[in-house]
Amino acid sequence: MTVPLPPPRRLVELTVDGAPVRVPEGSTILDACGGAGQDIPTLCYGDTLTPKNACRVCMVEVEGSRTLVPACSRKAEAGMVVGTSTERARHSRKVVLELLGSSVDLSTTPRAAEWLAEYGARPGRFGEDAAKVEQPVKVDNDLYVRDYDKCILCYKCVDACGEQWQNSFAITVAGRGFDATISTEFDAPLTDSACVYCGNCVEVCPTGALSFKSEFDMRQAGTWEESRQTQTTTICSYCGVGCNLTLHVQDDQIVKVTSPHDNPVTHGNLCIKGRFGYQHVQNLPSPGTSGTPRATSAGDITSPGTAPPRADATEVATGGRT
Amino acid sequence: MDLRFRDAEPTDDERAAVDAVLGPPPSSWHGGLRTEDDLHFAAGGREARDQRNLLLPALHAVNDRVGWISEGALDYICRRLTVPPAEAYGVASFYSLLSLKPRPARVLHVCTDLACQARGAQEVRRHVQERLGPPGTSWTPSPCLGLCERAPAALALEAGETPKSTVYAPALPDGGPASGTRAGGRAAGGANAGDTDSAAGQANVQLHDPQTERPDGPATGGARGPGGDGGQGARILLGREEPSAASAVPQAGDPSLVLLRRVGAVDPASLDDYRAAGGYAALRRAFELGPLGVVQEVTESGLVGRGGAAFPAGRKWAAVASRPARPHYLVCNADESEPGTFKDRVLMEGDPYALVEAMTIAGYATGCAKGYLYIRAEYPRATARMRHAIATAHARGLLGEDILGQGFAFDIEIRRGAGAYICGEETAIFNSIEGYRGEPRSKPPFPVDRGLFGMPTVVNNVETLANVLPILLNGAAAYARTGTEGSTGTKLFCVSGGVARPGVYELPFGATLRELLALAGGPPADLRAVLLGGAAGAFVRPDELDIPLTFEGTRAAGATLGSGVVLVLDGSVDLAGILVRIAEFFRDESCGQCVPCRVGTVRQEEALHRLSRAPKAEDLTLLREVGQAMRDASICGLGQTAWNAVESAIDRLGAFPLPSAPLTASVGAGSAASPAPSLVRAASPAAPVALPVPSPPEAS
Repeated sequence: MTVPLPPPRRLVELTVDGAPVRVPEGSTILDACGGAGQDIPTLCYGDTLTPKNACRVCMVEVEGSRTLVPACSRKAEAGMVVGTSTERARHSRKVVLELLGSSVDLSTTPRAAEWLAEYGARPGRFGEDAAKVEQPVKVDNDLYVRDYDKCILCYKCVDACGEQWQNSFAITVAGRGFDATISTEFDAPLTDSACVYCGNCVEVCPTGALSFKSEFDMRQAGTWEESRQTQTTTICSYCGVGCNLTLHVQDDQIVKVTSPHDNPVTHGNLCIKGRFGYQHVQNLPSPGTSGTPRATSAGDITSPGTAPPRADATEVATGGRT
Repeated sequence: MDLRFRDAEPTDDERAAVDAVLGPPPSSWHGGLRTEDDLHFAAGGREARDQRNLLLPALHAVNDRVGWISEGALDYICRRLTVPPAEAYGVASFYSLLSLKPRPARVLHVCTDLACQARGAQEVRRHVQERLGPPGTSWTPSPCLGLCERAPAALALEAGETPKSTVYAPALPDGGPASGTRAGGRAAGGANAGDTDSAAGQANVQLHDPQTERPDGPATGGARGPGGDGGQGARILLGREEPSAASAVPQAGDPSLVLLRRVGAVDPASLDDYRAAGGYAALRRAFELGPLGVVQEVTESGLVGRGGAAFPAGRKWAAVASRPARPHYLVCNADESEPGTFKDRVLMEGDPYALVEAMTIAGYATGCAKGYLYIRAEYPRATARMRHAIATAHARGLLGEDILGQGFAFDIEIRRGAGAYICGEETAIFNSIEGYRGEPRSKPPFPVDRGLFGMPTVVNNVETLANVLPILLNGAAAYARTGTEGSTGTKLFCVSGGVARPGVYELPFGATLRELLALAGGPPADLRAVLLGGAAGAFVRPDELDIPLTFEGTRAAGATLGSGVVLVLDGSVDLAGILVRIAEFFRDESCGQCVPCRVGTVRQEEALHRLSRAPKAEDLTLLREVGQAMRDASICGLGQTAWNAVESAIDRLGAFPLPSAPLTASVGAGSAASPAPSLVRAASPAAPVALPVPSPPEAS
């Protein structure tokens, strides 16, 4: 078997925080910083998406540039002199984190607390009356939940739903300025929208504003414990594409399904079946319990007596459009 | 694309409005009736998607006909253009003049922006609120309407088969005994150089609603009789015949004028008048020079962009002309929305053919076959004049195929904005024309490489293009003799606020602010400050009137010319109120794409509200820190400049002086609580001490 190699790319040399770095032409400053061992915070950057550079937490200082530049999207150029921790860059990162922290709920954003501490950001200093993004949690289907209190408008879900991956175009950014939100047309429930429940938006959401219903329910119940979860990557058994599934398992129950972003076929994207159609795996009677379904800590989701099996839920959610 | 539509049906009116823009639907795939063929052949696809740029015109059509866009109408537009309904909803909800909720056909937009606020807009607003209730569907406070020389202003837009617009400027409260005494207070006092000096009582009985203009008609406003069909909104404000564009040019008729020389001297509807006054000589000269020659002349003239960024126009043109990718596009930015700016409106209303000619020359020089003229929707008369001028030029062979027999083909299409300041940003304007949300793009790539529809694009402001005519007529060298070395030619200034003769003035670069104000009737005795460059500009003090009005001179003084706004604030103006309004403006107009601007503008406004109640050191520190982050980290110029004016008011005018006793305490607390004293000016304990000095030392 022959493996096609990409054409060779020239290397460009630039300076990151005083140290010379060489990266292939076309790389971003963020790539170069990674190469130089710098850890730059990112939120709207997605490894499988075109940078939108909306969140502005990855801003770095480039000599000769009037403003700071977004590391995630600016291409590295030969001779560039990049400062990742200059006063200006750190100040901007601190304030942007404060602006985010004061307007949205960052409690489920991985690493947010660490960054807030690192940059000395105090979101509380804008006062009690500081305007917040306040929206009720949207639970309009059985598969995933939209909690836009936590949304930083990174556009990743819109891009994943739209032309970059799924081509469903169920959601968009509606409104303008601080009132902008992610929305379906006329804010219709997802069940009336073009959503196909692939969950690829949930896959890319950086803050937990989008979460699987299973995870949402367990967090509500206080039973969500990532430290007790295992992750097992396997292959989806539904069709021949061979998508990789990563099963997140807590207490012998699949609690959510993600997909490795470095998979060359699917880049972390799945369809509704791979993403949500796992219930049959755990509807089997446990050995020795003579056919009685187990009650689980996740709110009886597997007990046929109180809730339909997950596959049926899928049918309900999508109106049979799978 | 497998789109899911909602099953809402459009009304006949909505369908007709959309079909008037897009033509009748060719098949049931486009929302038409189902025929036998449709069962066998799918239509739409790429062909329909390529029409995406008609999304905004189609939304406008429905909004103009019905007053708002229903689910059925949006659905029908989406079927016609193969646009996902969610995306169309995102676009429609972006623009403030489009409504997705039912509202009356007639909506009154009351300007509450800077120039109007300095001339009694609050009074008008109070009056309208008394009559119509709190702002909502029938009336709404509006950002700058570009009628600043006749402030305070209001604009009524009325949907219908022939949509109408009515300009009230100055907007005088009508009705009841109050109207006879001009309840606007300062509103009209001493202003407007004789346009409005007839007694209010007289106008009161005479005219209710006369400045009505059909956007599709070329003529000046035809008066409607009192008690016309304007509905309840009509009698709220007292209208009068909208004066000609020349009334906004106090210098009209002065032979030394260059850009404004034809305003008031020619009939803006007459191409013959324009040609008799020297029109189309510059285009002939361009054909003699050839495209490269034109670019060279413009480069040598030293012309820089007049939209605010002051980028050399010749370099932009040369870059686009040299790009191999085709087609090239020309975009004329007439989305003049900077509060206090109205020069482009006056140029378009008073001398529309000059813009047509200048765009033709720009297209010729840079290899464009198509130019888009993007006019803000708040300018119905300018739009009507330009539409007429383009149609006439077309009919006379000055646009279209083979212009003047030279084998050059060029056409101009007008696109109307829909109420979004940000669409004047040079890349947001592309997204708006293409039918997407008017969000700025990340640069690089720059427009000269990838602009409209991804192609090399020249974007120029109206005034910039107007300068091309004298450059070609008199030669680059003669043009460059006017002005200074760094700023050549003449500049239009929009003078408004507390002066006797507000209006558009043309002066050679290098004149001082004092000279400009002298022309406008002199600064008021109790001059408080002058805002240069608009909401994104900077305040200067009464002792700084000798600033030379050049790009380099204002920059050296720590100010900016911006778009040429000169807003004069006298002692009666509530400075804190003006600052809060500036902050409100940026909050309203932020597109919401990037965090520093989306949230920063909100935090800036909140801090200014607190400061106007009780100045506190930590709020000043907060403003500086947020301001610096907006300036450093925002995507586009809106966020980057949203803090300029506020900063200059604090630093140069001594706004929000701190009471001296608690100062040390709060500074101590502030700096102790701020662990990263990253910005010298922000967190250094010395800075707040320097702030409250009412008249700071020399301009930095």
